[in-house]
Amino acid sequence: MQRHALAVVAALVAALAVVSLSAAAPEQMRSAHPHRIISLSPTMTEDLFALGAGKQVIAVDDQSNYPRRAPRTSLSGFTPNVEAIANYHPDLVLISYNPSGFASKLRDLGIKVVNIPAATNLKQAYAEILQLGRLTGHTTGANAVVHSMKTRLAAIVRSVPASRRHLRVYHELDPTYYTATSKTFIGSIYNLFGFKDIANAAGTTTNQYPQLSAEYIVQQNPQIIVLADTKCCQQTEATVAARAGWSNIAAVKHGRVVGIDDDVASRWGPRIVQFARAVARIARKG
Amino acid sequence: METTPRVEARGVGLRAGLVTAVFLVAAIAVGLAVGSVHIGLDSIFRSVFSHVPFLHVHRAAAFDQAVVWQLRAPRVALAALVGGMLAVAGASYQGVFRNPLCDPYLLGVAGGAGLGATLAIVYAAAATAGSSWTVPLAAFAGAIGAVVVTYALGRSVGAAHMTGALVLAGVTMATFTAAVQTFVQQQHTQQLQNVYAWLLGGFSTATWHDVAICAPYVAASALVLVLHRRVLDVLSLGDDEATSLGIDVGRARLAIVVAATLGTAAAVSVSGLIAFVGIIVPHTIRLLVSTSYRAVIPLSLVAGAGFLVLTDVVARTVLSPAELPIGVVTAFLGAPFFAIVLRTSRTAR
Repeated sequence: MQRHALAVVAALVAALAVVSLSAAAPEQMRSAHPHRIISLSPTMTEDLFALGAGKQVIAVDDQSNYPRRAPRTSLSGFTPNVEAIANYHPDLVLISYNPSGFASKLRDLGIKVVNIPAATNLKQAYAEILQLGRLTGHTTGANAVVHSMKTRLAAIVRSVPASRRHLRVYHELDPTYYTATSKTFIGSIYNLFGFKDIANAAGTTTNQYPQLSAEYIVQQNPQIIVLADTKCCQQTEATVAARAGWSNIAAVKHGRVVGIDDDVASRWGPRIVQFARAVARIARKG
Repeated sequence: METTPRVEARGVGLRAGLVTAVFLVAAIAVGLAVGSVHIGLDSIFRSVFSHVPFLHVHRAAAFDQAVVWQLRAPRVALAALVGGMLAVAGASYQGVFRNPLCDPYLLGVAGGAGLGATLAIVYAAAATAGSSWTVPLAAFAGAIGAVVVTYALGRSVGAAHMTGALVLAGVTMATFTAAVQTFVQQQHTQQLQNVYAWLLGGFSTATWHDVAICAPYVAASALVLVLHRRVLDVLSLGDDEATSLGIDVGRARLAIVVAATLGTAAAVSVSGLIAFVGIIVPHTIRLLVSTSYRAVIPLSLVAGAGFLVLTDVVARTVLSPAELPIGVVTAFLGAPFFAIVLRTSRTAR
């Protein structure tokens, strides 16, 4: 404690006695596109690697678990540590969530931050991929990804016969019956097929992820159930069928219950095609 | 739970004052020196003192300067202000209510501020932007509103039982505000993360703007409380003795509660809810120096500032680069401390 105080006093004396050195930071080599990108959003990480900008990414947040080769660190996109992010000396930081306005602190340090909030429909998801392509200098790659997603989604939707459109769907986020309405991103995928989301009556303008009751779900009698709580809460077809009173639900009776990887069901990147394919397969069943 | 007063007619000793001041300066130095980015002492010194006029200290490298002055310095300054305020407010409440377990959130400040902040975050779209006034203002208004209602409730019981009634009214207020806040939160689950980030408290996005909001209130409040330190000593003798010694008990209590509440509300509005500071620091001063409020009040102010600066350093280094919410660190330190105080205050009788 006393040593620190002495050090400060000594530095003061030195500063007053010596002419200061010019301390300009060395000019950094500027290339046209950012080469030290940090992504604090798992979806953006997937987008970046899909459109070919993976080599320009130096660090991704702790939740970015796909693709495996992404340089995962313990940086958090939810409780960001500005100094830790700055320590990487990035030339671009990509975020989809700005808690406590930390982005302005990064900008104060001269770091470019781009905030692309979570997409609520497919159009925004495509726009995000194209924007990332422009930012990283991979417009061709981005166009290719978007084109591929559009074509494959169209083919998947066509594969579901007309008799299986307009099914009633229940999308489960967790075993306490939290769900998503058709105004959410995942809901917009169901809209492609023409499915009717049973949660719509429960959604409000401020809350598109309402909690339903078991009674309401049984009464609505969904014809297809999609489980997005397979990883977090170990829900499967079997556990759903075992729920009291659920064995009479049409989806359970006809075996149209599908479990999806939580991550695939909660991100708005290229893997949404995987999600749509699994939903289509179950819709065609039986 | 009134303890036999052991008031010694002693003010702040020279030694105690010096040690506490050095503790604060050292804490500030540590706070500025520690962080994810490695910055030399020389750069830190230049980053800070280049802002002092007439010293002609040249700036450090742009990046280092920005990290120290834009990231660490506001954090350290805010932690010092909030820590000092919470500690001195806690000591004052303990004196006014003659209860060693009082903390500055007693009269509903925490609940009111939490509710105000939740409403602002949920209903004001731009509230979570960096230098917005909305959330701190709403939290401040909520805190003051809650305390006013609590005080009105407590006063309606009559002067004789007022201290007890105030505490119970505070509990009522806390429960009610928590219920309303939970309801609002559940209706807007998309903002849940933002609300909890605020509630858990912390200095991770402290800006000079926050320091500017909070400093005038803290300064005014701390001044009033320091000026009332002798009054607090007299109050600890009991209401009747105090009246017979010429103190207007009702007015003194009101002045102290108003000052402490305003300062706490300002502190909470920029830092969220940080618990235990108001208990740990005053009691440590009582154990180490003297139980007289003439010493406890000013020393709590300085020591509380240093304590929260150091706690903030721990919060941002222990799990680096992740940040531990500062309330978790103070709770880890505070909970056992609380138990010890409870035991010693019982055996002291």
